Amino acid sequence: MEQLLGILREMHPETDFETETNLVDDGILASFDIVMLITRIEEEFDVVIPAKDIVPENFNSANALYALIQKIAEQDD
Amino acid sequence: MKTVLEYLDLRLKNAPDKPMFCGDGETLTVSDAAARSDAIGSALLRRGADREPVLVFMKRSPAMIAAFFGVWKANCFYVPVDAEMGETRIRSILDRVQPRFAVKDGSADALLAACGFQGKALDADTLLSEPADAAALDAAKARRLDSDPAYLVFTSGSTGAPKGVVGVHRAVLDYAGQITAALKADETDVFGMQAPLYVDACLKEILSALKCGSSVVLVPKKLFMTPVPLVEFLNANRITTLCWVVPALTLISALHTFDAVVPRYLKTVAFGSEVMPPKQLRIWREHVPARYLNLYGPTECTGMSCCYEVDRDFADGERVPIGRAFDNAEIFLVDENGRRADEGEIHIRGTSVCYGYFRDPERTKNAFVQNPLQSDYPETVYRTGDLGRFNERGELEFLGRRDDQIKHMGHRIELGELEAAARTIDGVNAACAVFDRERSVLGLVYTGTADRPALQNALRGKLPEYLLPKRMACVGAIPLTENGKTDRKAAAKLLFR
Repeated sequence: MEQLLGILREMHPETDFETETNLVDDGILASFDIVMLITRIEEEFDVVIPAKDIVPENFNSANALYALIQKIAEQDD
Repeated sequence: MKTVLEYLDLRLKNAPDKPMFCGDGETLTVSDAAARSDAIGSALLRRGADREPVLVFMKRSPAMIAAFFGVWKANCFYVPVDAEMGETRIRSILDRVQPRFAVKDGSADALLAACGFQGKALDADTLLSEPADAAALDAAKARRLDSDPAYLVFTSGSTGAPKGVVGVHRAVLDYAGQITAALKADETDVFGMQAPLYVDACLKEILSALKCGSSVVLVPKKLFMTPVPLVEFLNANRITTLCWVVPALTLISALHTFDAVVPRYLKTVAFGSEVMPPKQLRIWREHVPARYLNLYGPTECTGMSCCYEVDRDFADGERVPIGRAFDNAEIFLVDENGRRADEGEIHIRGTSVCYGYFRDPERTKNAFVQNPLQSDYPETVYRTGDLGRFNERGELEFLGRRDDQIKHMGHRIELGELEAAARTIDGVNAACAVFDRERSVLGLVYTGTADRPALQNALRGKLPEYLLPKRMACVGAIPLTENGKTDRKAAAKLLFR
């Protein structure tokens, strides 16, 4: 989780990612942020995030995003 | 024909019930758009508006496009504003323009008040209840000139306050012919519009609808975060044509979207505003059979100025050309000695060149200049500040911004060259080269898994010593401007803070 928070904070140092639950719906993650965020996650966590999972529910909070990464990592094992 | 409004009259005769602009829960047919613009034009004329800038401050919607036409019908020029531009930008536009009239909707109220708007705010929907005045509209049309301004759009100047570019009706009319020919637009086409309405980029779709009878669907901005629903939207609306900025296209190709869903109706995919990475272009071409067009042009020359239709594969590190100038425009390159050259600063001449920057003679004088190739008579050309070269096929290639060309260790270098080299290295996704002029230090900000020593080593094999970055930073994201372009100034701050 710390690793993920680190990536998010590098992109938006002004946001408190531990409490924010509307990252997409409130427009904190800008339109074109998402490509960079996903590419970075795929490299650091060695997962491939399927395009169908790129929906607001999975990206609105750091917790939801972390849960998604874990789910994909488990399926891969 | 004096202005593209005459195309609207033709459409109204031919197919009044055809959907013209759809989006935001609303569809305007040709006759809806004509009626709305008649009402708004009449209302402005009734209040005494005449050959002046009129603010159009609405949410991105078909109604906003109809308001543009309404402003034209009153012989005024529109200044498009959207709440997402933010208060600072909007305030600076209002200060510069001081418009007497604003056509607005509910999305504008709070910001107009906060920015101390002094003019008359007219609610677009309320104006529809006022009767259209056919006689006043006809009289206005008779006084219209093709040399009158059509719009005033603001571009984020690389330094200082935004610049207001004054577009001209005859240039818009010319552009309607050029861009629809490049896109091969016709009445069967459905455009999926990505561009905001406060930039000149949205003219591609609007002019295709006016001149060719194409339909335009405004793609909701929110979809540009979720690639699968985005492509499903394109299919559900049977979108045939995209004119998108590069990051909007790579959002789809870089995130394995085509494994889940593929656009089924696309015939034409045009892109611009940024360099298209060859890898992303290959992914698109492998999965989606369509014509692919690389467009290039500054706002100061009315939309796009040249075009390359992709006709071959490009390897990583190769440049996708920007092709050839549109008919009725000339692009020439000028070297440091002010002579025509095969490599140099891109200059554009022709009808498409705008009048200059609104109430900004100083910056106008620097960019709208006498043609350096002749001194016999006055002829204004636009110097873009971009560098280009003609390749061995005679195609124009974009090399980078002149401001990004720097003298370093006695060499003239392009920041773009370092970036292109960095991107070819495994573990590097995106790269932005920056130069600290004060300390004369070349740096590189990048995203990816490559560690700095490994990257330094890999670059050593690819670049001359003077092009090697002395400072590097791996970051989560390369900063982008609001238009999705690399924000080199913000990137420099990450490295040299």
